[in-house]
Amino acid sequence: MKYMLLIYSNPDLQPAYGTPEFQAMMGGYFALNERLKADGVIRGGEGLKGVETATSLRVRAGKAETMDGPFAETKEHLGGYYIVEVPDLDAALRYAAMIPSAHFGTIEVRPLMDYNPAG
Amino acid sequence: MTPAASSAIAVTQALDAVMREDKGRLVSALIVRLKNFELAEDALQEAMASAVAHWSRSGLPASPQGWLLQVAWRKALDRIRRSQTEARTAEALQPFIGAEIGEAPDLISDNRLRLIFTCCHPALDQKSRVALTLRTICGLTTGEVAAAFLDQEATMGQRLSRAKAKIAAARIPYGVPEADALAERLQGVLAVIYLIFNAGYSATPDRTRDFVREAIFLARLVDGLCPGQAEVEGCLALLLLTHARSAARLGPDGTAIALGEQDRSLWDASAMREGLSLLDRAMHRRAPGPYQIKAAIAACHMQDDSSDWPQILALYDSLLRFEPTSVVMLNRAIALAETGALEAALQSLAGLADALADYQPFHAARADLLARAGRTAEALDAYGMAIARAGSQADARLLSRKRDRARSP
Repeated sequence: MKYMLLIYSNPDLQPAYGTPEFQAMMGGYFALNERLKADGVIRGGEGLKGVETATSLRVRAGKAETMDGPFAETKEHLGGYYIVEVPDLDAALRYAAMIPSAHFGTIEVRPLMDYNPAG
Repeated sequence: MTPAASSAIAVTQALDAVMREDKGRLVSALIVRLKNFELAEDALQEAMASAVAHWSRSGLPASPQGWLLQVAWRKALDRIRRSQTEARTAEALQPFIGAEIGEAPDLISDNRLRLIFTCCHPALDQKSRVALTLRTICGLTTGEVAAAFLDQEATMGQRLSRAKAKIAAARIPYGVPEADALAERLQGVLAVIYLIFNAGYSATPDRTRDFVREAIFLARLVDGLCPGQAEVEGCLALLLLTHARSAARLGPDGTAIALGEQDRSLWDASAMREGLSLLDRAMHRRAPGPYQIKAAIAACHMQDDSSDWPQILALYDSLLRFEPTSVVMLNRAIALAETGALEAALQSLAGLADALADYQPFHAARADLLARAGRTAEALDAYGMAIARAGSQADARLLSRKRDRARSP
């Protein structure tokens, strides 16, 4: 079964660029990527640019409304995701615990629906 | 009475006996193999209906459990075939195809441990874990589970359905966790058992199902199926030692009696012996944990003529390493006062005032210590706060009596 591991974190709590903590976090992500590849479970994943770059859109009465900023006004933002294909939730949770951001943010683990809109 | 009628009664009684003893085991075998709670429960229900008809005609089978499982299994496969379009039937039956198509799950392997880990999975919320365990492993009806939570039956039914739907949709596994996760997940299972125990222990005795008994049954089951785990033994020891005192813990008017003032002849000697020997076995495994420590504290209260407070204080210090909670700090402070360090204990309580502002035992303990320190005005005030938060009439009466005693020492 495929699961998306959604990485939420508060940018204020994230290690700052250039610090040893930032280096350790990046090292952690690098090691995790290698592990996911070696285990043959990775099906996708991307990191997102900061919420200051986000634009939200909705169509109401046939008209597109665009707004500056993310959909939800929360402290923790979606910062990236992985998609892994593993036998069950326990396996997905085990990989989620290896994501460096889990130490200061939250990882939401969601099973994917059975169809793929990208075909 | 006609022979047919008397045989129908005999069959119904036999079926009731089987279901009382083995329902959890039968339904576990089906759920774990079918990976579907509803299907397993419905199929077992159908098999029971068939049993009444068949057994009345041709007598009890050699193994009623085996018969029920065979029939339930076939009914489940029939349901899968009926409910799927032809193209999808093959896919739905795929997990069962191979050596075992058409063969009922065996009775020898007990699948209840695997299902307990599913029901107590941390991806479900705490209340659902307790409810699902009582419903599935203990075989309670939805109505009985609802009564335990003072919920409507329909509300509880929805909660159970949501939990089962999440197990299926998120694919929560039906299995014993791998070795690296086992200890942590066992703590989760024990937490559910302990919650069930406390629900029974604090309940009025007129409840239809005895939750204390269900909790002890579950702890024995886990100990039997997952032997050699010090914390499981510690948890069972804790339940038995606590249960051993139940006849002595309330006065004739329902007032709680403090441990030191209980009539020890009312303690259940055999439950106590079993608890102590389990605790002994657990501690020899040299794998300490919170349940063993709590059981050891219970043992220190019970073994000699009076509680061994210095030892109890040391045990609370160990417990704090596993559970650094305000309630454990409170109990540690009480033990500290009992060793003679009254001032230090009161200081330690002062640090907990915010965290435990609404916790009746905090105010009661603080009142007791203040009275003992001769700070009468403060003690009366604290008794007042405890009485305002008392959970039962009996507790309120006990606190009022203590307040009166503090007023005129």
